[in-house]
Order: sequence, then structure tokens, then C-alpha cells
Amino acid sequence: MLKTKVKPKTASKTTSKEKAELIELYRQMLLIRRFEEQCNVAYRQAKIGGYLHLYIGQEAVAVGFISQLQKQDRVVGHYRDHGYVLALGSDPKAVMAELLGKETGLCKGKGGSMHLYDRDKNFLGGYGIIGGMIGIATGVAFKQRYMQEDGVTLCFFGDGSMNAGLLHECFNMAGLWDLPVIYIVENNKYAMGTALEHHSSETNLAKRASVYGFPSKQIDGMDVLSVRAEAREVIKHVREKREPYFVEAITYRFVGHGAADITDPGSYRTKEELEEWKERDPLESLKAILVGDGVISESELQTMDDEIKAIVKEAARFADESADPPPDALFEDVLA
Amino acid sequence: MAQMNYRDAIRLALIEELDRDERVFLIGEDIGRYQGTFRVTEGLFDKYGPTRVIDAPISEPGFVSMAVGAAMEGLKPVVEMMTWSFGILAMDQIVNHAAKIYYKSGGACPVPMVIRGPAGPGKQLAAQHSHSLETWFAHSPGLKVVLPSTPADAKGLLKTAIHDNNPIIFMEHPQIYGVKGDVPEDPNFKIPFGVADVKREGNHATIVTYSRGVHLSLEAAKQLAEEGIEVEIVDLRTIAPIDMETVFRSVAKTHRAIVVHDDWRFAGFGAEIAAQVQEYAFDELDAPVLRVAGADVPMPYSRVLEKLAVPTEQDIAAAVKRALA
Ligand SMILES: Cc1ncc(C[n+]2csc(CCOP(=O)(O)OP(=O)(O)O)c2C)c(N)n1
Ligand SMILES: [Mg+2]
Repeated sequence: MLKTKVKPKTASKTTSKEKAELIELYRQMLLIRRFEEQCNVAYRQAKIGGYLHLYIGQEAVAVGFISQLQKQDRVVGHYRDHGYVLALGSDPKAVMAELLGKETGLCKGKGGSMHLYDRDKNFLGGYGIIGGMIGIATGVAFKQRYMQEDGVTLCFFGDGSMNAGLLHECFNMAGLWDLPVIYIVENNKYAMGTALEHHSSETNLAKRASVYGFPSKQIDGMDVLSVRAEAREVIKHVREKREPYFVEAITYRFVGHGAADITDPGSYRTKEELEEWKERDPLESLKAILVGDGVISESELQTMDDEIKAIVKEAARFADESADPPPDALFEDVLA
Repeated sequence: MAQMNYRDAIRLALIEELDRDERVFLIGEDIGRYQGTFRVTEGLFDKYGPTRVIDAPISEPGFVSMAVGAAMEGLKPVVEMMTWSFGILAMDQIVNHAAKIYYKSGGACPVPMVIRGPAGPGKQLAAQHSHSLETWFAHSPGLKVVLPSTPADAKGLLKTAIHDNNPIIFMEHPQIYGVKGDVPEDPNFKIPFGVADVKREGNHATIVTYSRGVHLSLEAAKQLAEEGIEVEIVDLRTIAPIDMETVFRSVAKTHRAIVVHDDWRFAGFGAEIAAQVQEYAFDELDAPVLRVAGADVPMPYSRVLEKLAVPTEQDIAAAVKRALA
């Protein structure tokens, strides 16, 4: 397992602003966790249909990176995308309504879990086709460069995407034209049930991405403080130097590939491995630091959890009570 | 005969062919250790090992292209497309390469390979995972396009596909993997391409269809029978090559034709059937050829919108009545 490279500051010597930021990191991860626990319930109740991919275990990656963005920045992701929009501040009610296919959903019920969009929050889409988001993000960064803006684009995807030809075409163009895009591979060791060593000729993905003329590095994706510290550096680099960056965040999903995989851990990974990674739960690690350093008390955390549960409950109620899209919506939005 | 579902019938054909010919190998995403997304290849990795049941990276253009090269040199690749929606990524390898090599080599290089997997709407799989692409491939000379509707047809047609000397597009349907039926166990049982099967006889109207459309049409036929309307259902089974003779024979009996498919209506396969029927059987027709097909929109995620976007039994029954009006 990759050890944290950038030593996170311990919280004890921190300012109150910094303390508030730490608490916010925890709050966001907890919101994503509780929100997705509710998704799982709604899926079992057949309120959510189709494919549902949960982010449980990987929350530190989205939260750590997105905490460092500015409002001119953009985010594009793959289909495991609830964490991105929630970290960007999308309304949990609209996200849940989308997952239930309701008219009040982020995309009027047309996209579903794999295809969230929230332009107001700078999220330019979750994409269901492996590799697809890489081209989109590269184009978004192309616009930032073309218009000489100082924004950067984050592109999140899984280790499985490393094998899409499109990724390598785009890495080449991004390197060639110095596009301000940060490619973040969330290496959770599996693409569905195929382990990294069975799908990638080089298992060090940062190394695999190192030949396109822009920097690449591996980071610990289970520790949100470390992700945040790395993200701060990487984003600053890209914003100033105007060149791409590749980040391999080592992480792990604590749930099956999709909610339909009821037999997790399944035939492709062991229960022991799963349990070992759960010991590195990003929420638990941050909680230990926050409480240990006196940033927040157990009872304040409990209050936070209660508040978040209420937000999630309200999102579920809102989604349940929202109307289905009207029949006419079928033919709307096909062409602009 | 043995009772089995569509999924198991496909697996049985694969097993028989893996046993028969060591040049046959399977390649595709998550077909091995994960046992296949739709469990078609369940158990095969354990039985045949990683040399013959190969878990591929998410590189559709790559492994389809490799299969083409391997086939030119005499291997018999059976590629699994996790869903045909991802086949779009390999369009160049299929249409520009696999379909053209035999012709442009002046007949020197056949490409004996099969690409199989589910196509068509599942349940709320939304815009990027619900494509029916048969018309895209049928449109290209140099390919054969197979769309079985029953377990027996699936087994018999897949056997023929693996024995064929051409690139075969084999489209299963995600909604019928669990459908059960009698399947001949004889390892020599094969169903030839280009031979339609009349799945139900009737005198009042002809429904021309394939894949899931057969099941929808059989349901509609039951409703219509209660009202005294007897439809004939022609299951094309392969759309390239296509058995229009059976269609013409049926239309000569019923004088009405309705085409049913999940694929988009606009420029969909129904247009080809309608064109041929009016071109060659115009005098037999008592009504225009009608089409019951998918709405011309990207597949919406919402359950209620999805229902409106895909053809239903009711749509078919209504079209039959319109043809008879
Ligand atoms: C082009 C394409 N091929 C196959 C798939 C099916 N598929 C969906 S997710 C997935 C695995 C992706 O794994 P990874 O990129 O590691 O992301 P993770 O699920 O681990 O987050 C596959 C094969 C797809 N969506 N698109
Ligand atoms: Mg992965």
C-alpha cells in the first residue's frame, strides 16, 4: 500500500480557518457516504433503476481535489459520479431526484446515475462510455487555453480507462498543446472484476502516463489531507505553468462494482483484502485526527451526522414526491 | 431436447465449439474471472483457462482488431462485446477492416470471426447503453448480422456463426437472457443463415420482426386473437443475409405487413423491409407497410419516458388494427 508522501500537518497547530476547512472536508465526505447509503436503499426498493455505481471508499479523492478549485475551473468525470457533484455543491435533492428519474432531477430525469450534469456547479458530465470523458475534458481545457483563461479542468476516471485508445490520443494532444487539464485516475485496483495486473501491462499508472511531456505522480487517495495537499500543489502548477498533469490516486471501493453486484466481494477479490482496505476508511482516518487533535468533539460530530442524515432524508423525500417527467419531455432536448 | 434459457443455450454453443476446435477462443471484458456481465461465459474461465477465455482490457478497438488479424491467419475468435453500445468504439475495426478485407484482397483473406453480445434496451440503462445497432452493420456489405429470439435459435445460429468464414455480428438481447425453451442437444444441430422462421401462423396480418420483437409480437398476437385477429409472425433470425421469400409468401397470404423492432424508427431496418415489400410485392398489399419501432430519441433514463421510447405489445396490436382498418 502506498504510504502518504506529503506529510499532512497535524491539526493541533492550525488556525480556526484551517479548522473550519478540515471540518468541511469531513462533512463533505460524510454527506457523500450517507447519500450513497440511501442510494443503495432506494436501489433495493427499485426506486433507482439501471446501473448504480457507488463511490463508497473513494470519497477522499473527489473531496480532496475539488476543495482546491476556483469558480473558473471545470470538472468532468466517469459514471461513478455522485461524489463529484456533491463535492461541487450540487443540491442533494436534485441529485437524488435524478437518480429516481424525476422531472426535478439535475437532468430532468433523462440522464440517471451515470450521466449527471450540473453546469451551475461546473460539472460537465458523468460519462458511461469508458474513455469518453477524457476527450471531453481535454476539449474543455482546450477552450480554457484558447480563450487564455486561467481555469483548469479536472478529469476523474478509473484505472480501466487507462486502456482506452482515446486516452492516449488525448494525452498526446494535451501534452503537445499544453492544455491545463489534470487527469486523475482513481486506481481502485479493479475495472469491474478485472484486476489491474490482468488489464494493464504496467501497473504503475503514473509511470505509464509519464511519456507524454507532462508531469505525473502517484498519491495516496485514501487520506483526504494528503490528497488535498497534493491537489493544492498540482492545481497551482497547472494554473501557473499551463500544462497538463497526471495524478494516480491509489484508492479502493468498499462496495461491489455496481449496486447489482450483491455477492460482493465476488469471485475476483478476497474478503480479507476488502477488510484490510476498510481499515483505511478515509472518513475514519480524518475523524481520528479531528477528534485526536481537538478540532471537533465526538458530540459535535454526532450533531453533524444527524444534520447530514436529515439532508439525505429530505433529498429522498423530495425525490419520492417529485413528479415523473411528462410524456412530452420524451421528444424535448434532442436538438438544441 | 433440453429445457434451458437463452443465456445457457449460448454458453452451450460456446462450450461445444471450444471442445471441438482448439482454434476457437473467447476474448472480451470481464468474461473470465468476473464470469461475464450477463453471465453468459460463467464457469468457462475455470474450465478452459486464461489461454482460451481471455479477459481483455477496456480496449474495444484493440481486441477487435487483434481478433481480425488472428482470424486472417486461421484462428476462430469469438469476441464478447459487453454490450453492443461499446461496439461503436470498434466500428472502424469492424466496418473499415473486418468487412472489407476479403473483398479487397480479391478473396485471398477470409476473416472468420464472431462478435457477440447484448444489444438493445435493458431496463433504464439510459442513453449510452441501450443501442440497437443492427441496421448500422447490416448496411455494410461484408458482414452477416444475426439476431436470435429463442434459446434454440441462439444455439443453432451461434454454431453456424462460429463455423462461418466471415465476420459475424451476433446480437443477443439483454431482456431475453432468461427466456426458456427447448434446445436440441445434438452437437451437430445448426440453423442456417438467411432462413426465416414463422413463429406463429395467421391469416390477417404479417408481423416481420426479430430478437425481442418476436416476444412482444407473440404477446400482442394473444391479445389480438381474443378479438378474432390472427397474425402471422415471421422471425427473420438473420437480417443479413435476409430471407425475403418467407416474408413475401406470408404477405401474399395476409396482404398486410407490420415491421417491429427496438431500434430507432427513422432509417431503421423496418424501412428496408417496407421498401422491399412495396418493390416486389406491391400488388399483394391491401394497406401500407407499417413500422413499430423505438422513438427517435436518445434513450431516456426515466422509467416512464423509457416505456414511451420502446415498442410495446399495445403499440403492435394498435398497428395491426390500423393495417386492418
Ligand atoms: C467503452 C466501454 N467499455 C466497457 C464498458 C463497461 N464498463 C463499465 S465500468 C467498467 C469498468 C471500469 O473500471 P474503472 O475504469 O477502473 O472504474 P471503476 O469502476 O473501478 O471506478 C466497464 C468495463 C464501458 N462502460 N465502456
Ligand atoms: Mg477501477
